[in-house]
Amino acid sequence: MTTWKSVLAAAAIALASCTAASAARTDLVLGVPLEPPHLDPTAGAAAAIDEVLYANVFEGLTRIGSRGEVLPALAESWTVSDGGKTYTFKLHTGVKFHDGTDFDAEDVKFSLDRARADDSTNAQKGLFAAIDTVEVVDPATVKVTLKSPQGSFLYNMGWGDAVIVAPESAETNKEKPVGTGPFKFDKWAKGSSITLVKSADYWGEPAMLEKAEFRIIPDAAAAVPALLSGDVQALPNFQLGDALPQVQSDARFKVVVGATEGETVLSTNNKKPPFDQLKVRQAIAHALDRKAIIDGASAGLGVPIGSHFSPANSAYVDLTGTYPFDPEKSRALLKEAGFEDGIKATLKLPPVGYARDGGQIIASQLRDVGIDLEIIPVEWADWLKQVFTEKDYDLSIVSHTEPNDIDIYSRKDYYFNYDNPAFDKVIEELNLTSDDARRTELYHQAQKILADDAVNGFLFELPKIGIWDAKVEGLWENSPIQANDLTKVKWVD
Amino acid sequence: MNPPLSEPEVSAGFLSRALANRSFVIGFTITAIVAAMALVSFFWTPYDVTRLIVADRMQPPSFEHPLGTDHFGRDMLSMIMVGARNSIAVALVAVGIGMGIGVPLGCWAAARGGIVDEALMRFNDLVFAFPALLSAIMITAIFGPGAINAIIAIGIFNIPVFARVSRAGALSLWPREFILASRAAGKGKVLITVEHILPNIANLLLVQGTIQFALGILAEAGLSYVGLGAQPPMPSWGRMLFDAQTRMVVAPYLAIIPGMAIIVTVLGLNLIGDGISDTLDPKLRRRP
Amino acid sequence: MTAYLGKRLLIGLATLLVASVVVFAILEILPGDPARLMLGMNATADAVEALRNEMGLNEGLLPRYLAWVGGMLSLDFGRSYTYSVPVIELIRERAIVSVPLALMSLALSTAIAIPVGVFAAARRGRPADTVAMAASQLGVAVPNFWFALLLVYVFAVWLRLVPAGGFPGWSAGAWPALKALILPSIALAVPQAAILARVTRSALLDVLGEDFIRTARAKGLPRGAVLWRHALRNAMLPVLTIMGLQFGFLLAGTIIIENVFSLPGLGRLIFQALNQRDLIVVEGIVMLLVATIVAVNLLVDLSYAIVDPRLRTAR
Repeated sequence: MTTWKSVLAAAAIALASCTAASAARTDLVLGVPLEPPHLDPTAGAAAAIDEVLYANVFEGLTRIGSRGEVLPALAESWTVSDGGKTYTFKLHTGVKFHDGTDFDAEDVKFSLDRARADDSTNAQKGLFAAIDTVEVVDPATVKVTLKSPQGSFLYNMGWGDAVIVAPESAETNKEKPVGTGPFKFDKWAKGSSITLVKSADYWGEPAMLEKAEFRIIPDAAAAVPALLSGDVQALPNFQLGDALPQVQSDARFKVVVGATEGETVLSTNNKKPPFDQLKVRQAIAHALDRKAIIDGASAGLGVPIGSHFSPANSAYVDLTGTYPFDPEKSRALLKEAGFEDGIKATLKLPPVGYARDGGQIIASQLRDVGIDLEIIPVEWADWLKQVFTEKDYDLSIVSHTEPNDIDIYSRKDYYFNYDNPAFDKVIEELNLTSDDARRTELYHQAQKILADDAVNGFLFELPKIGIWDAKVEGLWENSPIQANDLTKVKWVD
Repeated sequence: MNPPLSEPEVSAGFLSRALANRSFVIGFTITAIVAAMALVSFFWTPYDVTRLIVADRMQPPSFEHPLGTDHFGRDMLSMIMVGARNSIAVALVAVGIGMGIGVPLGCWAAARGGIVDEALMRFNDLVFAFPALLSAIMITAIFGPGAINAIIAIGIFNIPVFARVSRAGALSLWPREFILASRAAGKGKVLITVEHILPNIANLLLVQGTIQFALGILAEAGLSYVGLGAQPPMPSWGRMLFDAQTRMVVAPYLAIIPGMAIIVTVLGLNLIGDGISDTLDPKLRRRP
Repeated sequence: MTAYLGKRLLIGLATLLVASVVVFAILEILPGDPARLMLGMNATADAVEALRNEMGLNEGLLPRYLAWVGGMLSLDFGRSYTYSVPVIELIRERAIVSVPLALMSLALSTAIAIPVGVFAAARRGRPADTVAMAASQLGVAVPNFWFALLLVYVFAVWLRLVPAGGFPGWSAGAWPALKALILPSIALAVPQAAILARVTRSALLDVLGEDFIRTARAKGLPRGAVLWRHALRNAMLPVLTIMGLQFGFLLAGTIIIENVFSLPGLGRLIFQALNQRDLIVVEGIVMLLVATIVAVNLLVDLSYAIVDPRLRTAR
């Protein structure tokens, strides 16, 4: 009797789960490690903002695709004239913001002018520096005139910081973001989750998910059980560290190791003795065992780099062999530079796992060749103040996650304190060049100069470790920009 | 407590009585072992904890590494030994700060009374109104994380504790006959405090000292666990627990071992405190 | 009595005032610019300056202090720099996690401690007492966050009975939300229970030695009745005092435990705010916690005054 009952019950459950499975799910819970401070991508640098809203809620004139390519977005097409100084954007029509107001050329002018205004609080104001004027030709056409040609202009307009906002809602976007994307903002339970729902009257191809929730899970210790129990179905970019093998062995999940735009470097103060000497920097480069660093700081994942460039980029050259791991050579170089008694210096580490763990390994490796590092852990606020702004540091470790940012080495007053006119010339030409073949060649030159000068200790490209339910499709493998583009995400059986 | 008429004899036979107390003996043995471990680590550890051998990471306990290796391939036994140094140093200095400032304040308040006493009590109210842990977190967040700032943060909260204990102890002594006699003989309040009050509250302070010592070790572990205590590469038990947290599933021993070290050390100190207070007043086992 | 309580109230208020000065002064020393932090590495200097103006950071210290204290009197704790919402709203959102957690732990620790303490006192010196006291000795020595790690490992990772961390929110229903708080409250409660059990035991032993208990016994009342009805009631005062103090401690103790379980409570908020230099949030939470502790201490004083009439006239 009891047996019969349990068989029946089992059958009923099996039946119920069959019917449930026949219609594919349309909701997704994604675990993200950081909570955005607010929800306005045009007023903050936090990657967490873009990782929720970019391409989902907000769109720009152009957008960056999963392989880092520039795609049309709110601008249906564009023409470039006047020797690369004038861009005329043809806009999509019939586009509405989520609050029901219409999108047109006035909104584009408003957004771009707002971002470059004197009182702008845009974190990437430099993206708009080349713009001279923005003119509304007609409601569906915008003409942007640049001060001088800029090879990366269309790319720049695809950043999260360049999305188009409406004058009616710009002020309240921090709390209640209003964009034009396929998802609209639903609610934000501070400290725990942000929910987006499908926008019914989206102008383009509608999203396949009805609802997406970004749940804030600050560390791997909590993320793994949440994933295993099914509470969370995707961790699109999560450093699980040593907990990863446990998930990898579970067939229910897909583990995708892709590339980010995060060049992790041992930042070096190039003006501060003794690091102003090339031989000392070369000695450091020879003392670094990238394999041990990647094993210890990134659970063995991550591609070694020899310059400041992403291996995922088509213009990448492998320069890891420029100064191979060779402690003997390193000691010899230090001796040549007059430091046979060793060097004492500080290593300031921001509060991220790869830096704090990598820092200890690097300190141990450098001690082997006679460079004694005092480790000073700092919070982000202090890091930005001391290291980045005041340049009060010897060495530091940080991942430069902005895409395609090799030009930072030509910036005057950047915290590396690197100054090489030959490099500046390459970047200058790059800015004015739009021919792809020539651009690739220039990128190669730039990478080579940085590698030879051993400006920083080039360590590894931060991996994007994505873990999601094997039945989920459409999440990005790589992370060419900081985003979790959900427009193509769906459940399959 | 009935005040004896003559000055009580201080700590005569105290040690021999303490040694007959089971709690004291067990506690003392444990504490001595931990202290010895920390001392030995200055001269010798099985492995060098400053050398990271990533290839040997997270090996379970074995013959070469009796307690295994951590995520950087460091020997856990050596880490525990060097970590003991840090825990003891932080807690001990914090107790020193508390005693060094709190006891004179408490004695002063008891001797002078009036406005001084009132001011001290209000200061105590103020410090006690801040949850100690919260304030320690604020202090280390402001002045930067590190062992020194952890000592200061913990030490500050020991001040009112010792002030309160010594004030209460001193207040109960002042009206007693042997003190009154000294005053009649023309001795000054400072001299009386040094000659009579302090020796008579020493045992009380000793008990409180072991309690605060134990609490200090727990507090240091907590601060290091949230990343505000001792900084790497300096090994610290709390820090080891933090590092172990995400590796719990793969290598639970990384979390269990430093936790045991903390528990055993705190237990040892508490047993000493219990033993002493039992010895002082065997009738009353009132200490919580 | 009124004069005594009036004085205590006045002292409480003065404590709060001094605390506000201390908190404000300390946090103003904190290095780091919240505006720069928000805009990141690529921001231009004028963008940072514009944001500083927007946040009101360029005003003088005194006007800012006065505005802050003035606002708090009407429960307006200012606006968060990073979230740009009223601080009180943030605190409310987080308090609905931390306060239930602290209350659950307090209830749990009482539920464990009182029976154990009474049991041990009743069997004083016998093996049961020794075992209970040894266990409590151990409990006092266990760091609660380490205990939390073990609980997660056993109940969440191995047995998968409860979630390992995170909070579904009360909107997900009372049971899932409470479930998320079970392990954290156990981790917080057990070390506290160990302390409370020892206090209960020694307070009871004190009372049991007094004359009226001997009288009750002599009258032939059953042992159990004497213990629970007469002795415990009289031993409650020190126990209640410790419980009052523990509530403040538990609220603060949630700081570390919330980090272990990634619960979105006040503790996590304070860490987040400290890291983002969202000082006005930190200041608000600290003042609220201080006020809570001052209030609890006042209540303890009040209960003493009611129970012990001598105090009403003594001061």
